[in-house]
Amino acid sequence: MIRSEVLKSLIPVISDQLVVCNIGLPSQELHLLDDQPSNFYMLGTMGLASSIGLGLALAQKQKVIAIDGDGSVLTNFGTLPTIANNVADNFILLIIDNGSYGSTGDQPTYAGRKTSLAAVASACGCEHVVECQAEQAAAAVQAALDADEMTIIVCKCESGNIKVPVIEMDPVVIRDRFMKQVQARNS
Amino acid sequence: MIAINWILALPNQCQQIMSVNEKIVTDLVNNNVSFITTVPCKQLAGVIDGIDKCDDIFHIPSNKEDEGMGLCAGAYMGGKRAAIIMQNTAIGVTINTLATLIQYYHIPLPMLISYRGEIGEPVACQVEMAVHTKALLAQLNIPTYHFHHPDDVEEFDAILKYCFMSKKPVAILTDASFWKGA
Repeated sequence: MIRSEVLKSLIPVISDQLVVCNIGLPSQELHLLDDQPSNFYMLGTMGLASSIGLGLALAQKQKVIAIDGDGSVLTNFGTLPTIANNVADNFILLIIDNGSYGSTGDQPTYAGRKTSLAAVASACGCEHVVECQAEQAAAAVQAALDADEMTIIVCKCESGNIKVPVIEMDPVVIRDRFMKQVQARNS
Repeated sequence: MIAINWILALPNQCQQIMSVNEKIVTDLVNNNVSFITTVPCKQLAGVIDGIDKCDDIFHIPSNKEDEGMGLCAGAYMGGKRAAIIMQNTAIGVTINTLATLIQYYHIPLPMLISYRGEIGEPVACQVEMAVHTKALLAQLNIPTYHFHHPDDVEEFDAILKYCFMSKKPVAILTDASFWKGA
């Protein structure tokens, strides 16, 4: 399975959740598969999906799923100690680890070589770290939602992309409709 | 030097003797800023300590300033007013995040910045980023205020209000002369 297939398998589980989605193809694929006002699409700023997701989880009560990639987590490695030391039990970080920088042409990342992101997350102090294969992603996210504890999921999948259109929605529209969802679900 | 036990004093009893650090923390609280991320600087030690001790503010140290801005963006979308406290060297780290996240999505972000490399600076290397700081902020069209005298802190409350009104990042540069009043 490649990332777009993993995302497709996740839709029944995440469609009604607050989702912060990584820059580039992951956001474009999610937008194509299942556009929801409860999705926050990152149009720029590689690496910050986990940080935005954690800030959101700490600021309100609803569950938050940040969909990140191995390349983006490597870009913002400092996020893992921050997550570990500021536990938000309504936060799930799903790292779709295809061992490559997918949006830029599938250049290999170090996570596809010697570096284990699950081991790094554990070493940083994250207490619930799950590594799974692509086929188990939906079940792993559902289990994390049911568990009511902060969970880091590293989902290993194959490298590869499908053709998807860019997101043409205005960033302020993305942000505004997302915030209205957050507000409504917390009221 | 700052008094470390100031937070114990009742606000209405310390108005006349309020230090720069006390005034900053009080203004943040009065403007409902309840989520603050920090990357330390020697000049900011007192105000970071005050924020850490303040019950009305959730203090989350970040490892890098762009990470911190991501945390603030998330907290804002979660309904909290957020702010970042950092050194001016961080402008070099955060230009992309300021342009493609904070400005692009219209997210208000007060940035309390220690302005290292100004008059009174003992470390020569700090001057190298100081000479670029205002030019970079101007290039980004970020409203920028420079606190040089301790009395300049009187404007902090209005700057916070302006920031949240305009939904923009706003920079408050605070130099060594300013912090002598801390």
